[in-house]
Amino acid sequence: MDSSQLLGITTFTYFFSTILYAIIFIFKAKKLGTPATVFTIIAFLVQTAGLLLRWQESYTIGYGHAPLTNMYESVIFFAWTIIFMYLLIEWKFKTKIIGAFAVPFAFLAMAYASFATGINKEISPLVPALQSNWLLAHVVTCFIGYAAFAVAAALGIMYLIKNTSESRQTTNDESLLGTLPPLKVIDDIIHKTMVFGFLWLTVGIITGAIWANSAWGTYWSWDPKETWSLITWFVYAITLHARYTRGWGGTRIAWLAIFGFMSVIFTYYGVNFLLSGLHSYGSN
Amino acid sequence: MNKTNPVVSLFASVKLALFTLCLLAVTSIIGTVIPQKESFEFYAQNYSESTARIFQVLSIPDMYNSWWFLGLLSLLSLNLIVCSIDRFPGVWKQIKKDNLAIDLKRIGKMRLSQQWNSDKSESELSTEISNKLSSNGWTTDQRKRDDSLLLFAQKGAMTRTGVYIVHASILIIFIGAIVGEITGFKGSVMLPETQSTSSIYEFGTSRAIDLGFEVRCNRFDIEFYDTGMPKAYRSSLTVLENNKVVLEKDIVVNDPLTYKGITFYQSSYQGYQDFILNITDKKTGVAEMINLPFQQRGTLTQHKDVVIGVINAETMGQSVSRLKVWFKDAEGPASVFWIPSGEEVTVQRADTEYIVAGKQMYATGLQVAKDPGVWIVYLGCGMMILGLFVAFFMSHRRIWILLKPEDGTNTVLIAGSANKNKLGFDKTFENLADNIKSN
Repeated sequence: MDSSQLLGITTFTYFFSTILYAIIFIFKAKKLGTPATVFTIIAFLVQTAGLLLRWQESYTIGYGHAPLTNMYESVIFFAWTIIFMYLLIEWKFKTKIIGAFAVPFAFLAMAYASFATGINKEISPLVPALQSNWLLAHVVTCFIGYAAFAVAAALGIMYLIKNTSESRQTTNDESLLGTLPPLKVIDDIIHKTMVFGFLWLTVGIITGAIWANSAWGTYWSWDPKETWSLITWFVYAITLHARYTRGWGGTRIAWLAIFGFMSVIFTYYGVNFLLSGLHSYGSN
Repeated sequence: MNKTNPVVSLFASVKLALFTLCLLAVTSIIGTVIPQKESFEFYAQNYSESTARIFQVLSIPDMYNSWWFLGLLSLLSLNLIVCSIDRFPGVWKQIKKDNLAIDLKRIGKMRLSQQWNSDKSESELSTEISNKLSSNGWTTDQRKRDDSLLLFAQKGAMTRTGVYIVHASILIIFIGAIVGEITGFKGSVMLPETQSTSSIYEFGTSRAIDLGFEVRCNRFDIEFYDTGMPKAYRSSLTVLENNKVVLEKDIVVNDPLTYKGITFYQSSYQGYQDFILNITDKKTGVAEMINLPFQQRGTLTQHKDVVIGVINAETMGQSVSRLKVWFKDAEGPASVFWIPSGEEVTVQRADTEYIVAGKQMYATGLQVAKDPGVWIVYLGCGMMILGLFVAFFMSHRRIWILLKPEDGTNTVLIAGSANKNKLGFDKTFENLADNIKSN
């Protein structure tokens, strides 16, 4: 069994998890909650094994680096952190249904990594610029932040759907959306997830700056990737200030969570393809 | 601070901060879409002559250093300073507050409060409660209030400063950047192998900057993976002061050399059509180096009979992987042999053996930077992470316990509050109250 097989299995298990959560959501089959979680945990463990195996394979080949160095590996790691974040939230806040909104993100990421053309799946050696201990710290911290923002956006969508139907007054406990947690609870989890993501994004930007300084002698050079990470940081800084000092909540924060995540996606993905700069290694 | 002054209240407002942050976020996009630091001709060609002129007026080609962008950053800084000066005294008052002077009526009205009766005496109760609290890490103070006794304990009062630590950290990072800008420099130098330099060229201005010492590139090598991808760029550097060697180091990308606050980073290279050959006579041990252009012969100064030349070369991309050397000394016909670039071979001659090492000649491209402000920036970064952690995840928790004599028994009233993470504190409070209630 090699890592690509394990990761292939992961793609399908996340797909089944997504379907399970969708069934819970659509048919109010609350009994399936625990099986869905167990299934997701198993998929997560398979993926973890896949990532570790890929890491080990890279040592066997003689390159010896963490599987975090090109678009394929980073998308897979992104899916992994999203599921990790989701499971953490489910465990902490005891609400399973969030999976119906968060797990699809991980599935989409895996599907993209597996099926998109023009993505290099080979384990390739590290170019000199990436040979640094900061690689692990920088990528991992950034992706924890990204994953938190992904979950916050998933919750934002959930909030907006529930809010729309409640304002039409069609919701009662018997309906489809009755299975979702109360709006206040969703709002609280969105906020806490964004706060968590903001802290990690900050650490990610700082580790990137330190790395840049040790490689080039400049901790900040307004490269498009750097600039976009800062723009994303601004977006969440604005969101948090609006909440803390102006009492924003509910729909507005839900929209900002989604908007912020669009900025994250552009920072992570869009910059590599639409703009040029120092982070070009992420684009193949 | 004077609240009625409209200018002051504008600069102290969060509204202005939100406005400035929005503007910074939106305008920052410009420089990621329009290539930066290009020539006027570049913009004229890619956009239009008139657009290029507008760019020039608005400093778009170098927008992150433009007057208006720096102006926005200054506005943000001013906002941070005024806002913090405006609010911090109030927060400090909260931290230093005499919590035992609280209006007793407020205690029972707090969101978290419990009350019960106890037969124990006031002094028994107060020692017992203090002990129980201290075993949970709470230090209690007490004060007689009328006929009652008030106990107070708190944790994390200083965590109220978290958000101000974050704000200060941003200012410190800016200060670090300014210090670096004023006292430091960034430049580069292209240094051919075997040569040394005592000055480098500043980015942008190309002004020569004197280093105050000499740096020599002894050797530059490129290592490759089996796939042909470059694995490492390595320069062997020597720092000299008054012609004396003071420091030697092989640098690669991500591992620079620093001397007297000036750091040399491996950033690029250039291959020449010249070759460096090292010839050692095994019998006499005399070693000698010679630089030769491609397909030109040269004679050595110490081994006077030796004539040598590079007659052919195999290349891999821009760099030579193998060179073919023609070699002759006083005796016998010429030897012709291949040397893998950067390695050595032994040549058997009639009279003696020679060790011949050969490689393509390179110049190493060094990025050179001096930035005394970087440690200030790092201090600011550390403070920011610490401040965010404190501001987001730590809270100021307070507990009051009022012991009130009533008909021979004592009423115990316990109340608590936290400024953040109230749900988490609810549990802590319940556990504490249960603990105190139990005997």
